[in-house]
Amino acid sequence: MMKFTLAWLKEHLDTDAPLAAIADKLTMIGLEVESVADRGKMLAPFIIARVISAERHPNADRLRVCMVDTGAGDPVQVVCGAPNARAGMKGVFVPPGAFIPGKNMTLGVGKIRGVESRGMLVSEFELQISDDHEGIIELPDAAPVGANYAQWAGLADPVIEINLTPNRADCAGVNGIARDLAAADMGKLRETSIGPVEGRFPCPVKVTLDFGTTPSLCPAFALRLVRGVKNGPSPAWLQRWLVAIGLRPINALVDITNFITYDRGRPLHVFDAAKVHGNLTVRRARDGETLLALDGKRYALDPTICVIADETGVESLAGIMGGEATGCSETTTDVLIESALWDPLNIAQTGRKLGINSDARYRFERGVDPAFMLPGLEPATRMVLDLCGGEPSEVTVAGTPEVPARIIDFPLTEVPRLTGLTIDQREVERVLGRLGFSVAGTGKNLKVTVPSWRGDVEGKADLVEEVVRILGVDRVAATPFDRGEAPRKPVLTAIQLRTRKAKRALATRGMVEAVAWSFISKAQAELFGGGKAELALANPIASDLSDMRPSLIPGLAAAAQKNADRGFADVALFEVGQVFRGDRPQDQLTAASGVRRALAKATGIGRSWSTPAGEVDAFDAKADALAVLAAAGAPAQALQVVPGGPPWFHPGRSGTIQIGPQNVLGHFGELHPRALEALDAEGPLVAFEVILENIPQPKARATRARPVLELSPFQPVERDFAFVVDRTVKAADILRATQSVDRKLITNVTVFDVYEGEGIEPGKKSIAITVTLQPREKTMTDAEIEAVAAKIVAEVGKRTGGVLRA
Amino acid sequence: MRKDALRGLALEQRLNTETVDVTLPVREPPAEIGRIHPISQVVDELTAIFADMGFAVAEGPDIETDDYNFTKLNFPESHPARDMHDTFYFNPKPDGSRLLLRTHTSPVQIRTMLAQKPPIRVIIPGRTYRSDSDQTHTPMFHQVEGLVIDKGSHLGHLKWILQEFCKAFFEVDQVKMRFRPSFFPFTEPSLEVDIQCQRDKGEIRFGEGEDWMEILGCGMVHPNVLRNCRLDPDEYQGFAWGLGMDRIAMLKYGMPDLRPFFEADVRWLAHYGFRPLDFPTLAGGLSN
Repeated sequence: MMKFTLAWLKEHLDTDAPLAAIADKLTMIGLEVESVADRGKMLAPFIIARVISAERHPNADRLRVCMVDTGAGDPVQVVCGAPNARAGMKGVFVPPGAFIPGKNMTLGVGKIRGVESRGMLVSEFELQISDDHEGIIELPDAAPVGANYAQWAGLADPVIEINLTPNRADCAGVNGIARDLAAADMGKLRETSIGPVEGRFPCPVKVTLDFGTTPSLCPAFALRLVRGVKNGPSPAWLQRWLVAIGLRPINALVDITNFITYDRGRPLHVFDAAKVHGNLTVRRARDGETLLALDGKRYALDPTICVIADETGVESLAGIMGGEATGCSETTTDVLIESALWDPLNIAQTGRKLGINSDARYRFERGVDPAFMLPGLEPATRMVLDLCGGEPSEVTVAGTPEVPARIIDFPLTEVPRLTGLTIDQREVERVLGRLGFSVAGTGKNLKVTVPSWRGDVEGKADLVEEVVRILGVDRVAATPFDRGEAPRKPVLTAIQLRTRKAKRALATRGMVEAVAWSFISKAQAELFGGGKAELALANPIASDLSDMRPSLIPGLAAAAQKNADRGFADVALFEVGQVFRGDRPQDQLTAASGVRRALAKATGIGRSWSTPAGEVDAFDAKADALAVLAAAGAPAQALQVVPGGPPWFHPGRSGTIQIGPQNVLGHFGELHPRALEALDAEGPLVAFEVILENIPQPKARATRARPVLELSPFQPVERDFAFVVDRTVKAADILRATQSVDRKLITNVTVFDVYEGEGIEPGKKSIAITVTLQPREKTMTDAEIEAVAAKIVAEVGKRTGGVLRA
Repeated sequence: MRKDALRGLALEQRLNTETVDVTLPVREPPAEIGRIHPISQVVDELTAIFADMGFAVAEGPDIETDDYNFTKLNFPESHPARDMHDTFYFNPKPDGSRLLLRTHTSPVQIRTMLAQKPPIRVIIPGRTYRSDSDQTHTPMFHQVEGLVIDKGSHLGHLKWILQEFCKAFFEVDQVKMRFRPSFFPFTEPSLEVDIQCQRDKGEIRFGEGEDWMEILGCGMVHPNVLRNCRLDPDEYQGFAWGLGMDRIAMLKYGMPDLRPFFEADVRWLAHYGFRPLDFPTLAGGLSN
């Protein structure tokens, strides 16, 4: 965030433009205004007043009834509770109807304990200019009664806050912002450079850059001593500006460095020379070294961190924060001013590692102007001399500030190529020139030299942006986009289509779609076949969101339970989303899963007079799974259902859907009681999960035409059979045996009754089926039907041991 | 005649005994109870809008490499731009590399450019992750991006597409948009887009009013990104945009909070969700 006041900006920009126009322009050239605090406007009703008399309130010991001279007309009666309200004092008065920012209310005329009060004497807190709410504001005798308080106190200067994008290090200084505004016709950039201040003696402290054989973290370092200074509070204007942008004034020497940081985007550091022992070395910290920094915290250092050390040890965290021991105080008489260049990457890493967000780090990690390292010392020296006196030394420099020369080939056609906007060369030269670029050549052979402070500008596209943002993106005309000659084809992949169909299919079955976190707890992940080390987050946001989910079921079961806890026990939820088998792209699969809880059956949710109430069972989940598979295009004929599923399902009440044992499409059934317990969920709860990628892709067909429809003119025949079989015999085996008798003639076989109990031998069950026979050549005779029936009985008997029920 | 009369009488007598209480309620059809999550509905809406402009739908893995999520997208190593993304990481591999959860859908841009030759026109919806959690941020959220790469598409086309998109998505005849220069490492020039709106007692209407609301980021694909995908930036060019899908769902359908999107509260889903047969189409209207 970058903050400055309007008056501060006008030190660099000669402009008559109103605040609103400046703020709007800033936003439109890419310096997005986050806020404008116009306290002058907000505090306009607050005026300087004098308390003529302050008598004790007749009905309240702590209150006073004051007569206040507001500079206009008769004195005004105000009831005031502040302990410091007294006759003769000057303070700040506000009449009824004004908004009190600290109370977030509009003041009215009121009676306080029976005495009328026609205004208010306010505290700094009520004006939101400080946290002080101990008493009302007291002003010096010289304060003019009736005058606007904010104007008089210098609070009227609006504060502008910019949400600075990370590429614009140059606009971390007010002069950079002024330059951009001047380029965009919002005024004229003022010349503010300050010539070198002549040194009177050599700098007595020497600086060495010592990185041994390791890469240097400091390209250059400049230092100057000013001796014989008198440090103290900085002048009122400087304090006001610093306070306005949220900094705490400390003393003139420190305030000057903060000022230059914000004014020029050039961070500086000052050492109290008396506290520095011998010469300075810029080097990597050693393991075990620590520094008590200016924020009062002690930091443990290591060789990745760049420091400035004297003969006794580390005194400053390079480019980030100074040390407490060598800081400047009111007693400082000799001050060392540092201006240096640091490796931006290293500053960012160190700042992150130590958790320090300082104004210096903010600028150095974005990249300061290398050409301004030495000139940046001059305004600082000048201010020190002006405000604190003293005698400057010469500047000592270690290393060399490298200022890379960057010349970009910029054919003028690049602007219309990337934006559609044609601009003539004069306009390009004007915009780039005002931004500090220099332009040579013409047309296709334009060459643009990038100024030292624009490290972010690397190529043609950057220059296009510079031109377009300053001229205004509005000038780029919206141009219809031709969808082209390409034929209209499906835009969804097979998986995308399956996903979309699976969702709609499940929702039509009365299920509600959930979107759950992709991560779950490690325990849950392990329970559902996951929990691999490679799928555990190194920095989870919470311990129960630590592992990538292997299945959607735990999230859905937990969500179903949460709904039950809220009083909605009969819930049917589904999700279609990613599950993770490993950390490679091909290990991420798309699952369609659902859970049904309590009475949320596929045939209807909750109790109803028309159908007997029943709890969800494995067949609800089976029906859901098959519905998804059908919607997603799975070949129904090829699907096999075999008993049992993964360990988180009930072993006897779950099934697996597959096309042969090698290709498992999904599972369904009751959740295992232990899984429910681990999920802290209560049953009955059934679930299914289908992996959409495992559905075979149907063969592409050359035509959309359906196969010829054959309608037999002969009536189909239905015959019922009831077989008694062992309990363990699977219905599917009876169906398959029946079907195999005559695949052409038998067009359908369904189970219409399953019975165990009275009349059936223990350990046995009866399964009743209906068989549909569809003759194609002629109507079947009774004898023919009987022949087929006998074959069916024989085949079922052979394969399953079933006998016709008596 | 008499026989007929008798038959009629008998029938009448029988019918008089055959009554049902037709006011008894029948079960609500399941399709009336089931709901599609707003995010799924919005994906289908976006697909319909952009399919009409010739865009396919591209997707990619949630677990990504640093290279695809940052480096190939022109995020300099340790640059403050990386700090803008609070990244979820996995534990380092033996070789020191570490995978992460994608912080945006942009790595799919890289995957698409590496996998197919221009012209490219895709939208990229998907889950994204940042280790951030408060009232307005969730550790997981949804983005949708668009990418166009060919030999002539420029900023003017981008403006037009985004205008058409906003009109179609918010289902208004006009929408006023403001394009502000901004910064993203993977586009140059980069822009942020605000749309004009009117806020009234928590309700937001687009196409009118005096307020601006930031809605998306976009720009011309950065030459370095093209180079990283083996495309010559002097031959190929194009643009990309990205926006928060949860956010545009909230704006369009008036959900006040983000967190309930991920809480599977059936009351919320019944209220804000969509009936399964309300499928968004351009022919029938996106939200009908």
